[in-house]
Amino acid sequence: MQVSREEILHIAKLSNLNLKEEEIDTYLLHLQDILNFANIVSKAPVEGLDETIGANDNYNVFRKDEVKVFEDNEALLQNAPEKERNMFKIPKVIQ
Amino acid sequence: MDPHKNLNILCEEGKQMDITKLTVHELQEKLKAKELTITEITKAYADNIEKYEKDVQAFITPLGNEAVKKAEEIQEKVENGEINTPLAGIPIGIKDNICTKGVRTTCASKMLENFISPYNATVVEKLEEQNLINLGKLNMDEFAMGASTEYSYFQKTRNPWNLNTVPGGSSGGSAAAVASNMVPWALGSDTGGSIRQPASFCGIVGLKPTYGLVSRYGLVAFASSLDQIGPITKDVEDAAILLNIITGHDERDTTSVNKEKVDYTKALKNDVKGLKIGIPKQYFGEGINPEVKEKLEEAIEKYKELGATVEECSLDIADYALATYYIIACAEASSNLGRFDGIRYGYRTENFSNLKDIYRNSRSEGFGSEVKRRIILGTYVLSSGYYDAYYKKAQQVRTLVKREFDKAFDKYDVLLTPTSPSVAFEIGTRSNNPLEMYLADICTVSVNIAGLPGISVPCGVDSKGMPIGMQLIGNRFSEETLINAAYTYEQEVKFREKYSPEFKKF
Amino acid sequence: MSREDYEIVIGLEVHAELSTKTKIFCSCPTEFGAEPNTHTCPVCMAMPGALPVLNEKVVEYAVKAGLATDCTIAKESKNDRKNYFYPDLPKSYQISQFDKPLCAHGKVEIEEDGNVKTIGITRIHIEEDAGKLNHNEFGSGSLVDLNRAGVPLIEIVSEPDMRSSRDAENYLRKIKSILEYIEVSDCKMQEGSLRADVNVSVRKKGAREFGTRTEMKNMNSFRSIVRAIDYEADRQIDILEEGGKIDQETLRWDDVSGRTFSMRDKEDAQDYRYFPEPDLVAIRLSDEYIENIRKNLPELPESRKKRYLEEYKLTEKESKMLTSSKYMSNIFEEALKICGNAKAVANWLLSDVSRILNEKELEPDQIPFTAQDLAKMIILIEKGTISSAIGKKVLEELFENPKDPEKIIEEKGWIQISDEGAIKEVVMKILDNNPQSIADFKAGKDRALGFLVGQAMKETKGKANPKMLNEMFLEELNK
Repeated sequence: MQVSREEILHIAKLSNLNLKEEEIDTYLLHLQDILNFANIVSKAPVEGLDETIGANDNYNVFRKDEVKVFEDNEALLQNAPEKERNMFKIPKVIQ
Repeated sequence: MDPHKNLNILCEEGKQMDITKLTVHELQEKLKAKELTITEITKAYADNIEKYEKDVQAFITPLGNEAVKKAEEIQEKVENGEINTPLAGIPIGIKDNICTKGVRTTCASKMLENFISPYNATVVEKLEEQNLINLGKLNMDEFAMGASTEYSYFQKTRNPWNLNTVPGGSSGGSAAAVASNMVPWALGSDTGGSIRQPASFCGIVGLKPTYGLVSRYGLVAFASSLDQIGPITKDVEDAAILLNIITGHDERDTTSVNKEKVDYTKALKNDVKGLKIGIPKQYFGEGINPEVKEKLEEAIEKYKELGATVEECSLDIADYALATYYIIACAEASSNLGRFDGIRYGYRTENFSNLKDIYRNSRSEGFGSEVKRRIILGTYVLSSGYYDAYYKKAQQVRTLVKREFDKAFDKYDVLLTPTSPSVAFEIGTRSNNPLEMYLADICTVSVNIAGLPGISVPCGVDSKGMPIGMQLIGNRFSEETLINAAYTYEQEVKFREKYSPEFKKF
Repeated sequence: MSREDYEIVIGLEVHAELSTKTKIFCSCPTEFGAEPNTHTCPVCMAMPGALPVLNEKVVEYAVKAGLATDCTIAKESKNDRKNYFYPDLPKSYQISQFDKPLCAHGKVEIEEDGNVKTIGITRIHIEEDAGKLNHNEFGSGSLVDLNRAGVPLIEIVSEPDMRSSRDAENYLRKIKSILEYIEVSDCKMQEGSLRADVNVSVRKKGAREFGTRTEMKNMNSFRSIVRAIDYEADRQIDILEEGGKIDQETLRWDDVSGRTFSMRDKEDAQDYRYFPEPDLVAIRLSDEYIENIRKNLPELPESRKKRYLEEYKLTEKESKMLTSSKYMSNIFEEALKICGNAKAVANWLLSDVSRILNEKELEPDQIPFTAQDLAKMIILIEKGTISSAIGKKVLEELFENPKDPEKIIEEKGWIQISDEGAIKEVVMKILDNNPQSIADFKAGKDRALGFLVGQAMKETKGKANPKMLNEMFLEELNK
């Protein structure tokens, strides 16, 4: 599949990454290279095979509905770039 | 009797060098026989960090001084009987994508340069329960994405066998630190070969456990369905001992298996008579360095001599598996790395006036180029219109890969392949061609795709003296078989007695 | 063309917070109203390396909801990631369900003026709630509180089977009532624990294709939903009538201006990149598990209604109204247990209590007093301690300042006058002041008696025992 410039810009936007003008071509080239290789999966004999989700056969792994309080609340906020009144501060978001 | 008298004699210069060359089980014996003290051991390693780190650059956060202090504490507690775990006071290095409370966990990324985890990973708790000492956080490719440790934000780690070459990756810091005796052993993580390939490049042992055997809680996720923590050690016995410590069911990880605990040291039996070994011919074709091939063939002969049944077989999935690996790993990574948004922790750009700036500039400035490349690839294969062609197909190929392995394990106990098609390559020679770098993972990724265990053990050196690794792959939860097979070979070949790194450049 | 030529098509996505003790993927408490970020942990704060573990109650509650709405329960189900960036979504993906929801193909019946209509339920799936953005009134910027992040939700998606805002209201009331009955959600709309995304489109009557729909997100009052649907349908019809085209978009309803506004940049077309959540494992439900939940499902409104008709001899209308809210119905049953008078309890609830709720724009779950208070009040009336007129005043007081009715009447001095001497005194005084009424009565005008009793009640501020008043007036007048 041929990846267009618009597509890579759209993908960058979805992933919240800026691509500098000079980076676009490099990323485009690399992506195209890797996808050309990855296309081999379309030739794999997988007709009728289920999809594997996860790497093992565990199922129904649940937790009891019991409260456990995480004690070190301070540690949860210690890495915040900016905080106020125990909340993470960001530029104004209009909803 | 003054116990210090004896210790002082043992602490002489020169003797310390010997300490750090010992394996953990050897250290443990000496501790037991009171020939060494806990403090001496940790000091010896801290000294080695001083000595070799400037050349090897294996640590992101070395903790030599803290470790010595901790060793003194533990020593005292052992002496007055407060602590009696058998490995108390043994130091360990930890890959820097495993969360440690109180010490930064960077994932070798600018994004997490100053990040301090509010909790310990389950494996770290297990190390602490055994009173092991954290000797430092080890370098890696940023977010474990890479096979050379060149993609670290902080530094390029050197291979102690040739300081001009890479140690492999992504657990390159762990492997290089063990190989250069700066830590007696280390934890790594393996998503597509990140424990086995650096172990192979550095002439040591690396074991990637069955998916679900070791808890992933606290391992910063690269690809959730592939990641697994495992030991990087000097020999197979140490790998078995460390595996004993880190395995076990964890309620905080739903993919963790609820199985009875196994004592892997019981599998350290020097006997492979009757063991059925399959040699998948696809892993010995073109693209494999002839010297690597030669050493592998010698290893195969050795197994025959030792009484194993060896047979060539076919496992025609290598290319599919590699493509599938990159599709799945990048897709999961693109989502896993969404949380690095500059809001709750991690790097935040200085250059913003609105929320969008915070997202885009923080992520663009905080992530390195390889991470961005994989996020873009992963986002692409999940995006509308391409999901079925790539991601969905890859999930089906995953089923195919599992089936092919199932068939192989109906006939064989283990499969034997090279760990990597080549020995350690020179720094800077591959990092400009991502696809070429990806192709070098061909021998290891299918193991992760199928969730199997794999171990890399050294099987010789090439004409320049660079180590070559052999990979043994087992069926799910057959770590004991792998340990038995690897141990028997190791006892016979005695790689460590013949070769050791010399910290040279060539 | 006129409005009558158009048909409105409405579908609802109802989000209900489940009333579990802990969050969906971690053990943090779900209680409302804690200090910011104190109900958080590495998992719900999306710290690197933290992993989710599914709360078993969430599955159970979702299955309950599915069974109560006639859904088929999936034997095999899974969780998926929905990827998008927003500051209230710490992982930058929401764990939800995409192609294998826990429940699907259900239905509920709604009723309007005796006409029963079936609304299809497309699916019910489990997912996690987002955090909350607080707008900094004094400083610059917004503040992120993640206490609510990870609170379990079920999303109930309806078929586009509703044709009026009234249908939508009835449907939502029905869903609310069912969820309350089966006790999986407290459905407190004012706290946001029940909210709906409303999809509206219009088409010419008889048309087969649906029109382009717009979506109004996070609506949390019946009144706004009705107004928003009516406004949006009108807006769309106006556009079509003028030859325009409807844009498929997300709108925000503004209650103050009574208008909808476009919410998102159109350039930011969303692509959620759903894929199976690799940190969680498959959910497989056995027949036994499902049947066990079915067996233990609490009584639903329909069967309660039937019981009221048969056991308590209430009318069809009374039974329906009482059972439409579990809270109302529970108060009825509890009060009945204490005072034993079904008709009286029903009357009080359906007339005065309902009237006050309406006036105050409250829902039955916001009734501030207990069933015991109501029962006591009824007993006081039956014993003659207070009159029904005082009863109404006690009820008003129970809404304002709920406490034991006996205390209320004591403090307010509302105890009924049943002392013969005191009554006689009042009767004599009224008779003295109203000679004309005496004459009227003697001339055969019975109405005069009512007037005199009324005057006496006024004089005693409603406290006189009306039965005694009546008898004493008759006695005096007939002398």
